[in-house]
Amino acid sequence: MGRAKPERTKRYTIFTDIRKNPVSYLLVLPAMLYTFIFGYMTLPYMVIAFQRFNYAKGIFDSEWVGFKNFEFFFQSTAATMVTWNTIKLNLLSIAFGTVVALLFAILLNEVRSHVFKRVSQSTLLFPHFLSWIIVSYIVYSLFATEHGLINNLLQTFGFDPHNWYSDPKPWTWILVALSVWKETGMSAVIYLAAITAIDDSLYEAAKIDGASRWQQIKSITLPMLMPTVSILTLLAIGKIFYSDFGMIYAIIGDNGMLYSTTDVIDTYTFRTLRTSGNPSIAMAIGMYQSVVGFVLVLTANWAVKKFNRDSAIF
Amino acid sequence: MKKIDWFQLVNTVFIFLFALMCTLPILLVLIVSFSDEQSILQNGYSFFPDRFSLEAYRSVFASNEQLLQSYAVSIGVTLIGTLAAVTITGMAGYTLANRQVRYRNPIALFFFITMLFNAGLVPWYMMNDLLGFKNNLLALIIPTLIFSPFNLFLVRNFMQELPDALLESARMDGASDAYIAFRIVFPLSMPVLATVALFYGLGYWNNWFNAIMLVDKESLYPLQYLLYKMQSEINMINQMQGVAISNTLAPTESFKMAVAIITIGPIVLLYPFLQRFIIKGLVIGAVKG
Repeated sequence: MGRAKPERTKRYTIFTDIRKNPVSYLLVLPAMLYTFIFGYMTLPYMVIAFQRFNYAKGIFDSEWVGFKNFEFFFQSTAATMVTWNTIKLNLLSIAFGTVVALLFAILLNEVRSHVFKRVSQSTLLFPHFLSWIIVSYIVYSLFATEHGLINNLLQTFGFDPHNWYSDPKPWTWILVALSVWKETGMSAVIYLAAITAIDDSLYEAAKIDGASRWQQIKSITLPMLMPTVSILTLLAIGKIFYSDFGMIYAIIGDNGMLYSTTDVIDTYTFRTLRTSGNPSIAMAIGMYQSVVGFVLVLTANWAVKKFNRDSAIF
Repeated sequence: MKKIDWFQLVNTVFIFLFALMCTLPILLVLIVSFSDEQSILQNGYSFFPDRFSLEAYRSVFASNEQLLQSYAVSIGVTLIGTLAAVTITGMAGYTLANRQVRYRNPIALFFFITMLFNAGLVPWYMMNDLLGFKNNLLALIIPTLIFSPFNLFLVRNFMQELPDALLESARMDGASDAYIAFRIVFPLSMPVLATVALFYGLGYWNNWFNAIMLVDKESLYPLQYLLYKMQSEINMINQMQGVAISNTLAPTESFKMAVAIITIGPIVLLYPFLQRFIIKGLVIGAVKG
């Protein structure tokens, strides 16, 4: 491509580009339109956090109330509870999820039999494909007070059955266990891919030096995996203010007896919008989540960048 | 040599146990769905029921119009949604990977920003309300799922790796942009498009969020939402009455589990393909970041 001659210094704008590549711009248009509507056009609606929103009057004519909605939320006992529950459930899931997935990635990598490796990998991955609704049925068949398998077993061994669905205490751990159960296979596959990318000559050299299996794992596999692990962990920490709404709402639903340990920002916002029908307060909570969440993502990315330049997402 | 055998043995046992943990709960649901209702009421859920019965499946297929309707909704939404989503994503991926387009990076940024900052539930709901995506099939297809920037970047990364020389020589031969996109790039990108199709398809099949937010007409319930409704109504009845007097009102235990199994069915049938492609897709995504 020749450089533009001085006499034809027509500026190269986006319109020039569109004229040169009309088909390309046409092809990207639907996706842009969609993103514009659901990504950008939704932003103005955030102002209703500062209003007493009235459906009939709409976004332009509703009454402005300043920070009242935020005050209402932050002065309620729910604010600390849902924030803490969200962070706690996420931190525990990240910690256990990472350790278990790493463990199984390494274990799977050591398996010699191809058939066993394939079959077990498929089995570990399977729960990932189930919806949380299906998982909630599984949870119910295990924990139901009347017929549940766990209460059955308790009774068989002479213990009293437990009323699981009205005791909030164990649910933190049940939810963490479920998220580990469902996502281990997926994360293990990612780690397994990273392990496969490790240079084989490292292992060969170690073997010649007489390193055992265990020593190879400790001194080669684990250290080589650390960058991937730290990056995925940091990115997960960036999303710590968000929870899997589908998971919590499918399993806990509107069971108020379990809120003290399981209610998270997402489910709380949902209920504020749907049940109490107050979009302004729901928006205020949502805005708190979006803004803190955004800051956390930026911080996490900054940390990743410090750690390893190439792996930052932007 | 002996030492390594021990390592292998422990390793195998460990993996086997975890694999068992991943399968047994699903197996329990399967067995309950084939159990005789009376033996469930007497002995609770069990891997070894007193009697087996096909009654649950018989009543599922015989009497339940709602179920068939929901099945149709789920299949329709999944097929149409996936097709539309893959088309949109594939086309946009082509543009972002096309080096002739000088403004492709600003356009990528335009998509990327929405991955970082999300206005949240309330604006999403109001936008759908405004556009009229309520109580219609579009409410199940268009919001949240029809397009995802993550999948777009997956597709773009794949298309960028296609050999430049190939496209260059096509251009020299006078191939138009459209010809290159539809005749060369898309066919060559089948692996990544299939991966993305499976992501979208699974997303549509398992989605119930759109239904809970935007749909209250029973004829539009997708399967997952029907399952959710069934369970939450039973919970409500149980909470109100305390004990299981409600058995006459609620669907039987085996019936519920049969519906759950029927909902998993298509996933199990497609699983060999799903799994292979998604692992491939994940590896592409993981390596490229």
